Amino acid sequence: MARIDLVDLAHAYRPNPTTDADYALRPMNTSWRQGGAYALLGPSGCGKTTLLNIISGLVVPSRGHVLFDGVDVTRLATEKRNIAQVFQFPVIYDTMTVRENLAFPLRNRGMPAAAVAARVGEIAELLDLNVDLDRRARALTPDAKQKISLGRGLVRSDVAAILFDEPLTVIDPALKWELRSKLKALHRALDLTMIYVTHDQTEALTFADTVVVMHDGAIVQMGRPNELFERPEHTFVGHFIGSPGMNVLPAKVEGRTADVGGVPIALGRSYSAIPPGRKIEIGIRPEYVRLSSGEGVPVRVERIDDLGRIRFAKVRLGDARLSVVAPPGVRLEDDRSRVSFDPAQIHVYADSRRIEGDA
Amino acid sequence: MDKPINNAAWFLILPAFAIVLFNAVIPMMTVVNYSVQDSFGNNQFFWNGLGWFQELLDPSSELGGRFFASLGRSALFSAIVLAVQVPLGIAVALSMPRSGIALALCLVFIAMPLLIPWNVVGTMWQLYSRSDIGLLGWTVNAIGIPFNYTNSVLAAWTVLVLMDTWHWTGLIALLCYAGLKSIPDAYYQAARIDGASRWAVFTRIELPKLRSVLLIGVLLRFMDSFMIYTEPFVVTGGGPGSVTTFLSIDLVKIALGQFDLGKAGAMSIVYTLIILAVCWVFYTVMVTPENKGARE
Repeated sequence: MARIDLVDLAHAYRPNPTTDADYALRPMNTSWRQGGAYALLGPSGCGKTTLLNIISGLVVPSRGHVLFDGVDVTRLATEKRNIAQVFQFPVIYDTMTVRENLAFPLRNRGMPAAAVAARVGEIAELLDLNVDLDRRARALTPDAKQKISLGRGLVRSDVAAILFDEPLTVIDPALKWELRSKLKALHRALDLTMIYVTHDQTEALTFADTVVVMHDGAIVQMGRPNELFERPEHTFVGHFIGSPGMNVLPAKVEGRTADVGGVPIALGRSYSAIPPGRKIEIGIRPEYVRLSSGEGVPVRVERIDDLGRIRFAKVRLGDARLSVVAPPGVRLEDDRSRVSFDPAQIHVYADSRRIEGDA
Repeated sequence: MDKPINNAAWFLILPAFAIVLFNAVIPMMTVVNYSVQDSFGNNQFFWNGLGWFQELLDPSSELGGRFFASLGRSALFSAIVLAVQVPLGIAVALSMPRSGIALALCLVFIAMPLLIPWNVVGTMWQLYSRSDIGLLGWTVNAIGIPFNYTNSVLAAWTVLVLMDTWHWTGLIALLCYAGLKSIPDAYYQAARIDGASRWAVFTRIELPKLRSVLLIGVLLRFMDSFMIYTEPFVVTGGGPGSVTTFLSIDLVKIALGQFDLGKAGAMSIVYTLIILAVCWVFYTVMVTPENKGARE
């Protein structure tokens, strides 16, 4: 159990990186508190797995340090680090029984047999693997195999953190929920630091109390799920979280008004000191745009997507396209539709980063 | 829906059937035919029933004694060859470079002996091992160890085992290399996280994953070494005496040396049955635990 700090950490797979693009991970400073449930969220190739492998020691970073409770472990071998990692595809030892699989990490560390047996029993109980303990591991279903992988991570009580690398990819959707709630329960019961890599926002938002969004090798925002939703610090977070994502529209902002292609939109705050020469955009979530025939700016409804529980309309405002929530009764043929924005929920971005306005 | 049943399609396999008949069934039946007869010159044949088989399988008879002696030599040769080449092949595969030009060179050098024809391999080693002009034979003698495969049992066997190992270990190594290559990185990473030793990685991950390629490797090597003919024929000619007269060599001596077609026919059939039976046993033994695991 430990607090994990990443100090000035960066990694490039090729030698002598020069530009930003050469880095799989750009320089970053973060810390992960003991006992936290973190999700590393981002699209494929954004550096999530690299970051995870650096924490577990499978990859040695080209720059910076990894600290566990203040102790520098950057060059310490994985097996000496007290870290557990669960991989995307279940990794089991084919020739061993489930019990032997679970006991393997403990035996390798020379734990006495009685203690191993007790601990294995405990973990098997937690994971509902009791009935299968004496079966050959390779005879089990993929989700049971993944539970064994999880179990091998959990069985060591002294781990600094458990890292999950998209562990539910191969699991049936119905079992995904079950395993995810199991993980959540385990996190509460065992007071372990867990870092969970995924590209699925639902998985990240339901599992973690802190979600870390990564983009292009950099952490763009670290926060609670509702913060990511309400106040995306980066347009990428706005796009990536939420379905559909935030509407981002190029605009000219002056004081309390944004000008989107000639249409003035009122803002909740005043933006006076915007440095010139930056790309200015405003962002608003579809949930905070009201589509009606009454008030607001006129738009053309192009399409309505019915998701069952909720409907989203794609509308056209000048040259810009927006997703907005379509209230019941709105039809595609309504060419006199109008949208109105909730000023408090509009964010202003300069070069993709959110800027704070004055009250 | 009821589909009309039309058996006319069976006629389509007639050409294949005819080819199999021509290249397998008919020659095989010829041998069966010889095995139940005694032949004399002038193409005279006399019915002998199962007489040859009885004599062949009776160690106290002249033919039986000879048969069991060569069978023993063949079995010993196969056993030595497997015991040396399988571990060696695995070791070579494990120590091969993982990528780059070194890997390419390594693969080429390992595959090269596999491409050399049997009698060429035999000739190479015959010359290489000679005590008068052969590099190997001359060197071993020069450092004071008497080495002459034309009169020493140990030397003759050593040359044959070395030659076969040189010729065929590459096959096991290539098969194992392919098998190792297919193990995902996550297994090695998980083993590191679990604190597994190098030996545990080998026995718990690599060996189980190599199981199926090793099955094929062992089967191929057993069959090839048990049927080996050309190389020992070229190198030692079955000698000194008859210490390297394997079943195949003995069979040819009986069939073409003495023209005892009946004895040779019976021996061929028993020889074939032995290979079939041993392969079946190998296969069953190596495949069964896997199935058991899945059915449990």
